[in-house]
Amino acid sequence: MSSLLNSIDFQYVIGALVKIAVFWIFIMLVVAYTVYAERRVLAVIQNRLGPNRVGWQGLLQPFADLLKFIFKEDIIPLAVNKWLYILAPIIVLIPAMMVLIVYPFGPDVPLPFGGAISQTLNDLGARFGMNWNIDLRAISLHVTNMNVGLLYVFAMTSLGIYGIVVGGWASNSKYSLLGGLRSSAQMISYELALSLSVIAVVIQAGTLDLTKIVEQQSGRFGIFNWNVFQWPMFLPCIIAFTIYLISAIAETNRVPFDLPEAETELVAGFHTEYSSLKFALFFMAEYVNMMTVSVLATTLFLGGWNGPWVKDIPWLGPVWFLAKVFFFLFLYIWLRGTLPRFRYDQLMNFGWKVLLPAALFNIVLASAIGVLFL
Amino acid sequence: MEFSHILFLGLAALAVVAAFNVILQRNPIYSAIGLIVVLCSLAALFLTLSAQFIAAMQIIVYAGAIMVLFVFVIMLLNVRAEETRIDKQKYLKWLAAPLFLALLAEVMAVVQYVNLTPQPLPSANGAADPQGVLGTVENIANGMFINYLIPFEAASVLILMAIVGSMLLARRERKEDVERIEKALVAQQEEEQKYEEEVAA
Repeated sequence: MSSLLNSIDFQYVIGALVKIAVFWIFIMLVVAYTVYAERRVLAVIQNRLGPNRVGWQGLLQPFADLLKFIFKEDIIPLAVNKWLYILAPIIVLIPAMMVLIVYPFGPDVPLPFGGAISQTLNDLGARFGMNWNIDLRAISLHVTNMNVGLLYVFAMTSLGIYGIVVGGWASNSKYSLLGGLRSSAQMISYELALSLSVIAVVIQAGTLDLTKIVEQQSGRFGIFNWNVFQWPMFLPCIIAFTIYLISAIAETNRVPFDLPEAETELVAGFHTEYSSLKFALFFMAEYVNMMTVSVLATTLFLGGWNGPWVKDIPWLGPVWFLAKVFFFLFLYIWLRGTLPRFRYDQLMNFGWKVLLPAALFNIVLASAIGVLFL
Repeated sequence: MEFSHILFLGLAALAVVAAFNVILQRNPIYSAIGLIVVLCSLAALFLTLSAQFIAAMQIIVYAGAIMVLFVFVIMLLNVRAEETRIDKQKYLKWLAAPLFLALLAEVMAVVQYVNLTPQPLPSANGAADPQGVLGTVENIANGMFINYLIPFEAASVLILMAIVGSMLLARRERKEDVERIEKALVAQQEEEQKYEEEVAA
């Protein structure tokens, strides 16, 4: 047993778990405050006040909402398929959360008091007869750098569809079923354009590892090292960026592509029959998915954590990164405040007849430029 | 006991339990979900063998695309009828046990006779693979698009032929169907004409 506790794998796993816990709490906070920001920004757009009572300017509103969700009565309708009904929100949320292990938050940073902390931990281990060799002076701000990071993200987001389909079916209600089917059809259609659009970036970077893709965009030309502006690939990358943004909004079922929960047609879509914490899980998954596509957009096209003075002060990396991610989250809210919903046939036509051919053409363009110039 | 052993045992147990779930459940939806769990745990096992690309493809292609179609079809068909259906071929039930035992014996025999000492895996350029780079995207791409380009392209032509063939089979027009559709079209046109005449009148 002590050999297991001593092994390098074990230390790696514990380190990864700690990082996952920290990132998870952080992401949950971001999600909570995105909901708050959405309500405040929408209020500004619609000339109202929005939630401003709980705490200063309503800043404690997310926690009040969470308490409300927890204490609400959890109704399971009689006609539902109970197992799947309970399972569905879990299936939606877990893959959405699993993506966060490849988020590249920043470069390797020095941990404050890292030397002292690792010394204490090593001493503590020595007291129990362990031979730990923990070094926390420089830590990387990602849990793991997979060789297939980008494919991993797509794999996990494609698993989230099941939760929505299963939830819609298990509710045993026609609105839920229609919402679930609409949502899955929409997600499958737009996933094609989404995954084909990023190939331009992959050709430019020559790797699928998200941390390496970001590192390649750090150079002395600043903003002109970002993939969208980088010579000679900027043209296919700008087209890819546009396709990516549009299909990412459709992929997360947001306005103007929120057909799965069109309240004028389907009550609330696939989560019509859900209440209390189960509804909150669907809600959270939607915002975590928004975060994921924003992180991917930042990483692939806008240089990730790169920005001014990152080389001198590494802790500025996560700040730039989050600023860019928040820009995309703001874009989502902005669109929700300004655009009306598509019709379903328009949505499908647009996905299959405009975005998909455009993405395919873009691959040809990017490969041609890649062969000629890279 | 190493860490990879614990991982392997957990994932393998999950895969086996879920596989039993696939064949023992009456409700096809439960079976489909069991199959998805099997595919995901297999993908995780591939990851422990440092075959990252295969793992990602396992989830994207099988769990993410093919199983979605399965679930769709099951949900849109009437599942209740499937649950209460009585098996017509009763003798198959008696054949299942001996076949299962035969398969098990076969697997045992293979495990018995195969050389169990781990061999160093060759990478694309023929050298041994100590860092586990064999399963990376770069390596597989090298194999597929440089070393084995012609077999790869031939296989894709084969798959294209299968797609075209299935389209042809599915869309083959039967005579009575064509007649029925034509009749319906003519009737529809007549109705529209009648309506227009009424409106004009």
